[in-house]
Formats: sequence, C-alpha cells, structure tokens
Amino acid sequence: MIEVKKLYKGFEGNPILKGVSATFHPGKTSLIIGQSGSGKTVFLKSLIGLHTPDEGAIFFNGTLSSEFTETEKQQWRQEIGMVFQGSALLDSQTVEDNVMFPLKMFTKQSDEAMLARVNFVLKRVNLENSNKKLPAELSGGMQKRVAIARAIVMNPKYLFCDEPNSGLDPQTAIVIDKLIQEITVEYNITTVINTHDMNSVMEIGEKIVFLKDGKKAWEGTSDEIFKTDNEAVVNFVYSSNLFKKVREAYLRETK
Amino acid sequence: MNYLEHIGKYFIMLGRVFKKPQRSKVFYEALLREIEDLGLKSLGIIMFISFFIGGVISLQTALNLESPFIPKSLIGFAAKRSIILEFAPTFCSIILAGKVGSYITSSIGSMRVTEQIDALEVMGINSLNYLVLPKIIATVFFYPFLISLGMFLGIFGGWVSGVLSGLFSGAEYIEGLQTDFNPFLLTYAMIKTLIFAFLIATVPSYHGYYVKGGSIAVGRASTQAVVWTTILIVIANYFLTQMLLT
Repeated sequence: MIEVKKLYKGFEGNPILKGVSATFHPGKTSLIIGQSGSGKTVFLKSLIGLHTPDEGAIFFNGTLSSEFTETEKQQWRQEIGMVFQGSALLDSQTVEDNVMFPLKMFTKQSDEAMLARVNFVLKRVNLENSNKKLPAELSGGMQKRVAIARAIVMNPKYLFCDEPNSGLDPQTAIVIDKLIQEITVEYNITTVINTHDMNSVMEIGEKIVFLKDGKKAWEGTSDEIFKTDNEAVVNFVYSSNLFKKVREAYLRETK
Repeated sequence: MNYLEHIGKYFIMLGRVFKKPQRSKVFYEALLREIEDLGLKSLGIIMFISFFIGGVISLQTALNLESPFIPKSLIGFAAKRSIILEFAPTFCSIILAGKVGSYITSSIGSMRVTEQIDALEVMGINSLNYLVLPKIIATVFFYPFLISLGMFLGIFGGWVSGVLSGLFSGAEYIEGLQTDFNPFLLTYAMIKTLIFAFLIATVPSYHGYYVKGGSIAVGRASTQAVVWTTILIVIANYFLTQMLLT
C-alpha cells in the first residue's frame, strides 16, 4: 500500500503540487487524471523518487520513504516497476536484453534461469518471438508491452505507469489497459497510472484521483465519476460529446 | 548557470561515476562495447589523417629548407619531433574530441530526453557509473595505442612523401629520426594522451547527461561539448608542456 500525505513540490519557486494526499491499495488499479500541467507527472515522479518532495510524506507499506537507508532504498527500487510515457527502452539493446537487464543487475540467477523468466514475462504480455528485435523495430504498442514486461520481470510490489496509452490507437490502448489491470490483480501489485485517456478511466479505474492546479480536486471510482456533481471533474472528463452522451445514458438507466 | 557551478557539478558527477560497478559482468560487457565504439571505430580516421599529415609535415619542412648548409636529415628530425610532441597526442585528441565527443554527448543526451536514464535510476542503477565509467576506462586504456599508431603512421607518411617526391632520401629521413632521440618525449606524449582521453570521455558525458529539452537541445549540447573539450585540451596542453618540458 502507498500512502501519500500532504505532498508539496515546486521548481524554482513555482509550486506544482500543493498538499496532495492519496492512498493506493494492492491489487487495485489507481488512476491519476487531470489536465496537462495539473501536476500528474510531478506527482508520479515524486512517488518513484525521481523528485524529492519539498514537504509531505510518502509511506510504502508503512515505511516513510524519506527515511529509507541506502540499503532499504536499493531494495525498494527493486520492488518498483515503471512504464514510462515513451517506453524508455534501452534502444541499443534487444527486447530480450532490455527485459533481462534488471535481472542481470540485481540477481545472481544463471543465464538459463534469466532467459526462462524473460520468456515467461514476454509470453505474459503476448510478445513471443520478438526476443532478438531492437526497440526501433517494434510498433508503439509492442514497445509498451516490452516496457511492461521489463517492469514486472522482478516481481514488483508497485507498478507505476506514465500515460501508458499515449500515441496508441484505441484498440491497442484497451489491450494495454487490460494487460496492466490483469497483472495488477494476478500479482497483487499496487498500480498507479497517470492518464489522459477517458477510456482507461471508464475501463480500469478502480480508484481515480483527479488533480487540478496541483491539488486533489476529487477522488472516487469509475462508477462514481458518472454520478459526481463536481464541476471540475465533469468539465474535464465529459468534455467530448461522446462521453457526455455516455454519461447521460448511464444516469438515465440508473435513475 | 555560471562557470563555477558547472565545474562543481562536473566534479560531483565524477564522484558518482567513480564507484564500484554494481555488476562486474555487465560492466565488462559495456566496456567492450565502448572500446569498439570509442576506440576501434576511430582507428580508420586516425590512421588516415596521421599518414597524410606526417607526409605534409615532411614536405613542408623539406620545401622550407633551402640552405645547402642545413642537412636533409633535419627533415626527419623535425617530423619526428612535431609528430611525437604535438601532432599525435594533441591534434589527434582534438580530432577525437570532435568525433567521439559528439557521439558521447548525443548518445547520452538522447537517453536523457527519452527518459532512458530515468528508467535506469528507477531500477536502482547508478546511471552515471553504468554509462560513463566504461567510456573513461575505454578511452584511457585504448587511446595510448591509438595515438602510438598515429605517431608511427605519421612518421611513416613522412618517409613515404620524401621517397615519392624525391625531396629527400629515405636514408636521410631515417638518420634524422635516429638523431638525438629522447625517450622522455614519448612519456610526455603518453601523459598528455591519458589526460586528453579522460577529458574526451568526461566533458561530453557531462554535457549529455545534464541536457534538458529535446532533440535540438541534444544537438546544441553536442556542439558545446566538442567546443569545451577542445578548449580544455588546448589549455591542458599548454600547462602540461610547461610542467613537463621546461
């Protein structure tokens, strides 16, 4: 479980996060939504330790992250899987080498055992027979799947995804969403996803945190987002005619 | 950011680079890749330039020696001195600063802007140690061989130019090479090479690692890296010459 308490973060005197608190549970897919510039990426990067918060606390299974010793920090890093917006695969390495990389760095498994684990996770993300390809030879969706495979190869307790659907066609985006959700449940991972994609919100948003101007403006589930009267959420989520109509239909049905 | 901040940040970077590699097997794999990318792939250009510049140095010296009282062996002597003292270690290092320096900055800079470095950090990998240390070791160990080859080919090029042009004979050239040979000059050239190799690996790495923005910023950082590496090589060359030869 991840508990975030009153998180503040700014850059060069410009405050980005203004006291955000949230809790994320294992086995659940939590989404962070909000407009561009609302602080989603800074929030996610603060969770994974790429930014140091100015104020506030982040607890991982009850342990305050700022009080980790170097050894604990190293251990914690190995419990984290991260899928970056642009996949962030090492472009000079093959798919197999990319996925095997964390195993090579942090385990003492034999080459055979590592290869077996790599093949297992690649199969799990439906990406067999691509071991020897370079990232540049893959489509955007395939790159995302390799990134997910690399993120889960160490059996992480926490999975973070920054805009996993950006640049993907709607069908592939749904496949990626479902894959992340399945993996979250299967391995009881605490998953936090930054997204703009309203399909993701409707499909896999077991918990949704809406950020506006660096503050948490709303929190709920994908069912609750249909019923909410929060003006900021309604304006953001139902900005397209399609989603407006979906919401109207939902509200009519549930009256 | 002022120059002092950059210098401080550069030394802090070096502090993170010089740590024990997290996995020696991964480090050796990276080292072999870097020896190939930064060393072996520079062999061609160093061989080509050294041979022809050696030839030009000898031809120019021969053409400027008009007095019959000056022995022709002076051409070989002058070519040997210029090539060992300056051309091979300094001029070749400046060429490598351009070729290898821009490659290092653009490869690390691209990794920065595509979040590959963030990915390494999130995994718990000391990205500076993983990316930069193999480059330093590869250049510092391989460039002495590269520069020695440059010296040999430069001197050989001088001999070939004399024989082909008829401006001096091969025997006169070899006599000049053997005249007043001081082995310390080779030591001096190797000391310079090691220091320049270190600069060629670290200054472009610094520019690439701390780049901010997108592809244009990476291009700009590559240019800056080459300019600063060249400036630092020239400054270091001056001080090393003063310290070691005066």
